[in-house]
Amino acid sequence: MSDLLETAKRMADRAVEGEQVEVFIVRERDTEVRAYNGEVESLTASESQGIGVRVVNDHRQGFAYAGTLDESILTETLIEARDNAGFAQPDEFNGVAQPDGVQPADVDLYSSDLADLSTDDKVALAIELERATVAADSRIAGIESAEYVDAIYESAVATNTGIALSTRETGCYLSSYALAEDDGEVQTGFGFSVGRSPAVLDVAEAAESAALRATRLLGAVKAPTSRLTVVLDPWVTAQLLGIIGSTLTGDAVLKGRSMFADRMGEAVAAPTITLLDDPTDQAAFTASTVDGEGLATRSTTLIGGGVVEAFLHNGYSGRRSGSASTGSAVRPGFKGASSVGAQALRLVPGSRNPADLIADVDFGLLVQEVSGLHSGVNPVSGDFSTGAEGVMIRGGEMAEPIREVTIASTLQRLLQDVLDVGNDLEWLPMNAAGTTLVVADVTMSGS
Amino acid sequence: MLDHELVNQTLSVAMSTGGEFAEVFVEDKRSSSALLDDGRVEELTSGRDRGAGIRVVVGGSTGFAHTADLSESGLANAASAAAAAARGAGQPGTTVEVSAITDSRGNNVLIAPEDVAKATKVELLTVADAAARAEGGAVSQVSARYGDSRRRILVANSDGLLAEDDQVRTLFSVSCVATGDTGMQTGRESVGRTIGFELFDQTDVGEMAQHAARRAITKLSAQPAPSGAMTVVVGPGGGGVLFHEACGHGLEADLVAKSASVFANRVGEQVASPLVTLIDDGTMAGEWGHFGIDDEGQPAGQNVLIEDGVLTDYMWDRLRARNEGRTSSGNGRRQSYQHLPMVRMTNTYIGKGTDDPAEIVASTESGVYVAQLGGGQVNTATGDFVFGMTEAYLIENGEITSPIREGNLIGNGPEVLMGIDALGDDFAMGHPGMCGKDGQGVPVGDGTPTLRVKSLTVGGTAA
Repeated sequence: MSDLLETAKRMADRAVEGEQVEVFIVRERDTEVRAYNGEVESLTASESQGIGVRVVNDHRQGFAYAGTLDESILTETLIEARDNAGFAQPDEFNGVAQPDGVQPADVDLYSSDLADLSTDDKVALAIELERATVAADSRIAGIESAEYVDAIYESAVATNTGIALSTRETGCYLSSYALAEDDGEVQTGFGFSVGRSPAVLDVAEAAESAALRATRLLGAVKAPTSRLTVVLDPWVTAQLLGIIGSTLTGDAVLKGRSMFADRMGEAVAAPTITLLDDPTDQAAFTASTVDGEGLATRSTTLIGGGVVEAFLHNGYSGRRSGSASTGSAVRPGFKGASSVGAQALRLVPGSRNPADLIADVDFGLLVQEVSGLHSGVNPVSGDFSTGAEGVMIRGGEMAEPIREVTIASTLQRLLQDVLDVGNDLEWLPMNAAGTTLVVADVTMSGS
Repeated sequence: MLDHELVNQTLSVAMSTGGEFAEVFVEDKRSSSALLDDGRVEELTSGRDRGAGIRVVVGGSTGFAHTADLSESGLANAASAAAAAARGAGQPGTTVEVSAITDSRGNNVLIAPEDVAKATKVELLTVADAAARAEGGAVSQVSARYGDSRRRILVANSDGLLAEDDQVRTLFSVSCVATGDTGMQTGRESVGRTIGFELFDQTDVGEMAQHAARRAITKLSAQPAPSGAMTVVVGPGGGGVLFHEACGHGLEADLVAKSASVFANRVGEQVASPLVTLIDDGTMAGEWGHFGIDDEGQPAGQNVLIEDGVLTDYMWDRLRARNEGRTSSGNGRRQSYQHLPMVRMTNTYIGKGTDDPAEIVASTESGVYVAQLGGGQVNTATGDFVFGMTEAYLIENGEITSPIREGNLIGNGPEVLMGIDALGDDFAMGHPGMCGKDGQGVPVGDGTPTLRVKSLTVGGTAA
């Protein structure tokens, strides 16, 4: 048993009569190396740990956390959570998880290669990433950042109701943010490479992607307002999936914040759309075998062939909706109780490659970057409006680069207006994977 | 917060491998929050975060390590890790003597939130819930959140600085959903200040809840936002987000130093309409972005960034200022002891103009009036920025008319600054914001009078 699980069990066992206690403990070792001008700009080596305690008593719930595993503060945290529960209002569906018999997926999310990688090797990766980005194209004037980031993550959840699971995961990525310059004009682009182990990181891929994205925007102009087909590149689709995933949670459904609340079994998207949340997929950057309440994670098909098939649930929303947890309790680290959320979203890829999809578009915009998703997209109303940059598509060919425009529709319409799903699947350092998506009839707002 | 001898020892370890500069940042933060949702006080949360971040600078390279272990050995380990991480060759063995506190700030809190009964905090939530629901049957969901934090910090560095601060913040927000034939819409109100529980002597949470509910109800009858370039009037307070994105980030010296800002090498030039004087002011007592010292121990400053449209200076942290042989402007901030400081805004505002706000609208033939803004985002290298409108109306023939649905507006910072052609004689601070940069969030305030931009692109769907 891991030392974290031991501590978690010991704390959970301090529950008093009639009380449920859930203890979540996390320990993380992170390294971040940023390169600049061929040297280390900064190197951060950090080790952090923390505990979150949830107490349910008399159907009332309280939570407390601490960023340390000091024995005296652990006790203070339990007492504080217990005290907090006394001030919340009762809800018959409150409670910690009960074992449900589902075994954690047999996947290995831990790479000892990463744990063994020397700091010098990490530094070398970051410096090489900067060099390769600048070397990728003569118009790359420099970088805003080039970094190597990794995390070795361990967590444990225990309750006095019999939950006791721990997990350990590794993850690392390279991220380059390039500055392209031509005739005084500057454009930016980034590239990533992600993996569980440094062995799979691809410096050239991240560098070339950053350089390509920055340079192909050089000379970008504002386009006139029009309605057109947009081709969302994988990075943009992944961000969109994250928002759609948030509308398919039991919490949003039960509390009247989901546009899909009454649509179970109905077609809400084009038939080409099958959306999964699968944290058991070893390839997913955010894969995990255990959810925030200590249940095994599992794969859930949210939308199958355009039809709503399931919502995600944690223990609370599962009980309240008369179903059960889908192992979808997510936590904001140790500093908050779990809520319901998607963990590793992806679309089932289509059959055609992105280049062929673009060749089919007569008049459209390849969107390589969106901005203001938090300020112009409302997951409750469905209003969707984001800043965009990319490249016009004319007669199936990539044409002039475009900047300072917005693309707008509603989430409801976007899903229905999907024309095709690419055969690509790109893993990114976030909770969704990217796939090229072609969407008809979007408003591009410009000059 | 930490014994002076221990501070000296830690700094000496940090400097032992040849560092040119070392710093220890100690933080002890307590937070509490309470959430009401779906008609019920769902949960109260309390938290404690305590630790130290140690940084060592050699040449252009910074090493950083942090620890939650504030014992002698815990700090020494972190200091050694930071020293090892700083890559470069310096002269080893500098000893550090920090003997006396050079700057100590207390908070001026009247009612410490930690002394207020939890039941009293919870009561605010139920008052807000009832007030929002009293706005009518269209209000289908209400959530309200109360939060407070007390953050005590100590900063000591190898230049002999030893400074302390005690920062208390209190926050309240209400979000409503209204449901009608057109679907669902949302409305939100929030207030946050760097003061204690006396916030609620100045703020009526019931009134806030009414505003949030009415905003959601109004939007049920909103029409799709227009698309294309048009004149935009932003109400008092709201425009702060616009400046935060249009030029605030671009005036941060770390981005400027990497030529990742359209405002690099432009000091002394006209970068905005002569109406515009932009100030970043961490000294504004009580405001959300206020503090006594920044997270590098520098006292908060009042810095004029743009004066009558002319760019006068950037914002600086210690590292960037050191490279330029000048002093920090008090803009070195970090999310927590687990983060490196960087250049951040505090309270950023535009001074009052001379125009009558009503006249600004009346003299606008057609356009959009934005009464409340959401957040925004900027690409500082190109200057292109967006900001969201969460309450907005059409302007037709000089009058504010129909409400429009949510969306982003997009513009280019330098062009938009030059295109500001009216500035009201009113002024308001905007809503409390959490500004994100490189994954770190810090509280920032902003404020503006009513203002008009000749042309911005409104990102709606209507023709």
